[in-house]
Amino acid sequence: MTDFWSGYAWPFAIIVAQIMAIVVPLLVAVAYLTYAERKVIAAIQLRKGPNVVGPFGLLQPFADGLKLLFKETILPAGANRIVFLAAPILTFALAMVAWAVIPVAEGWVIADINVGILFLFAISSLGVYGVIMAGWASNSKYPFLGALRSAAQMVSYEVSMGFVIITVLLCVGSLRLTDIVLAQQTVWFAIPLLPMFVIFFVSVLAETNRAPFDLPEGESELVAGYFVEYSAMSFALFFLGEYANMILMSAITTILFLGGWLPPLDIVPFNWLPGIVWFALKVALVLFCFLWVRATFPRYRYDQLMRLGWKVFLPFTLVWVVLTAGVLVTFDWLPQ
Amino acid sequence: MVIQALVFYLFAAVVVASAVMVISARNPVHSVLFLILAFFNAAGLFLLMGAEFLAMILVVVYVGAVAVLFLFVVMMLDVNVAQLRQGFLQYLPIGALVGLILLVELVMVLGAWVLAPGTVEGSGMPIPDPSQVTNTEALGRVIYDHYIYLFQAAGLILLIAMIGAIVLTLRQREGVRRQSISKQVARQRAEGVELKDVPSGGGV
Amino acid sequence: MNPLLVEYLPILIFIGIALGLGLVMVIGSYVVARQRPDSEKVSAYECGFEAFDDARSRFDVRFYLVAILFIIFDLEVAFLFPWAVSLGEIGMFGFWSMMVFLGLLTVGFIYEWKKGALEWE
Repeated sequence: MTDFWSGYAWPFAIIVAQIMAIVVPLLVAVAYLTYAERKVIAAIQLRKGPNVVGPFGLLQPFADGLKLLFKETILPAGANRIVFLAAPILTFALAMVAWAVIPVAEGWVIADINVGILFLFAISSLGVYGVIMAGWASNSKYPFLGALRSAAQMVSYEVSMGFVIITVLLCVGSLRLTDIVLAQQTVWFAIPLLPMFVIFFVSVLAETNRAPFDLPEGESELVAGYFVEYSAMSFALFFLGEYANMILMSAITTILFLGGWLPPLDIVPFNWLPGIVWFALKVALVLFCFLWVRATFPRYRYDQLMRLGWKVFLPFTLVWVVLTAGVLVTFDWLPQ
Repeated sequence: MVIQALVFYLFAAVVVASAVMVISARNPVHSVLFLILAFFNAAGLFLLMGAEFLAMILVVVYVGAVAVLFLFVVMMLDVNVAQLRQGFLQYLPIGALVGLILLVELVMVLGAWVLAPGTVEGSGMPIPDPSQVTNTEALGRVIYDHYIYLFQAAGLILLIAMIGAIVLTLRQREGVRRQSISKQVARQRAEGVELKDVPSGGGV
Repeated sequence: MNPLLVEYLPILIFIGIALGLGLVMVIGSYVVARQRPDSEKVSAYECGFEAFDDARSRFDVRFYLVAILFIIFDLEVAFLFPWAVSLGEIGMFGFWSMMVFLGLLTVGFIYEWKKGALEWE
């Protein structure tokens, strides 16, 4: 019996506690990301934003969440019920699960697997299923068109994201996320690989269906895209999943290019702050750029979007992979 | 060890069950979704054997890319299931024959492995210790120089696939006005703007 | 237990918790909120009319083409992963081996570009 407790129950409880320590702050962060989005865009447009519920409107996200919880779950008559309900759950679960491998500070990671970055790449390539399943199961025209567009768009930008990740890996020599961060102790990869950093950020915008690439939910033509038919909590799950994905992608950008939890300079005033604070600050900075872009740029046209992905980013990143590898091999700078 | 066994049986049971559902589900989209579930659990089985790189690649390539194409095809073509079922008996003998050949091949492969373990180990590559080298690195060390011909053959197959896909599916639509970015950028002010002096009160 | 698997066990548990959480939220809302569907509420969203035909129609073949091209490039990326990690050990030979491979695919890429497979209108 003691064997059961020490061998299984305790480790299991510890793992569950760790997971909760990721999930709960993440959900709170998602709630306040929606708040931050409304506040930042309001500030850019010289408005006030939410300011009624609670001091400075700080309770607004919870009010929104409660409202959605008490709404009626509408199952459209022609819909395929199981797939219809599975789609938002899948989107939400994927956005959460990826956090299992993200190191938020030195050693603060649930599962420091050898193929961490590949795991993230795999999870982000699964994101397209939530969208396709939702669009197909709704059996309605707007969601169907939205899903189709969204799937093609996500798939197109994933290729260039893959090539960008390869350039980083060439400089690191390991797929483990902790190693990727530690390889940036001398210089963050955003500096030597600046073009890749920019392309990665833009691809991430397209991958998460954010403005200016939010054509799948372009409200002026497709109402709301693939989640037109959703209501109540299943809608909220899409929403949570989408925003959790934004935070996740910002975290990946931070790990790949902005030195993860490392302070900008390893000197006294900077290394007083613990790693997790630096990590959170950098993620917040990237997220601010997401919102800033949304408030600034008009939406792309679909043919231009595809052109950018296949004809600009793909060849450019491919050439950059070859160049990086070539330079590293000739000068023998490769990590062993 | 108990957990490992339990997880193995979980994955294996789901793989088998979803494989059965793939061929028995009435709706083709459900079939593809079950196929994805089967891929996913197969990746789990790979992991249990310590092949983490292959597990992830299975998810990235099969679930993330191949199954998306399958879904596109079955979702968006209006496949008439009833019509397909009518032809079922007609193809049964051929299907059964293919199945039988595959079964015989599997038995032969497995039989050889059981009878003469040397055939597998005789491939000449020493297997590195997994605690020293991650399996991504171990693969990287052999694919690109030791197995270079196979690697380049893979490249050729991909090239053929790419060309084949374009030849088979690409249809140029007539009467479409395309954006030519270079033309747009090269346009001069003189081509677009014409200045006219209009006498006051005279009209254009 | 195998040390490699110990790293993956939390991920399995995490998948379970995340799916469970999503399920609980959907069911919770279904239980808490009053459900009163009527035929107008559950009809598909359209601009005033009843839908004339099934929403799942055929669509442009280009979407298939994008999916096929994506598979090919995804495989290419899959081959690049182990190469990027072990380039330090396989050196010049490994580098040129990959360059030939990428060269082949670049030929395919130029072909599709020239054929207009990447054009959208």
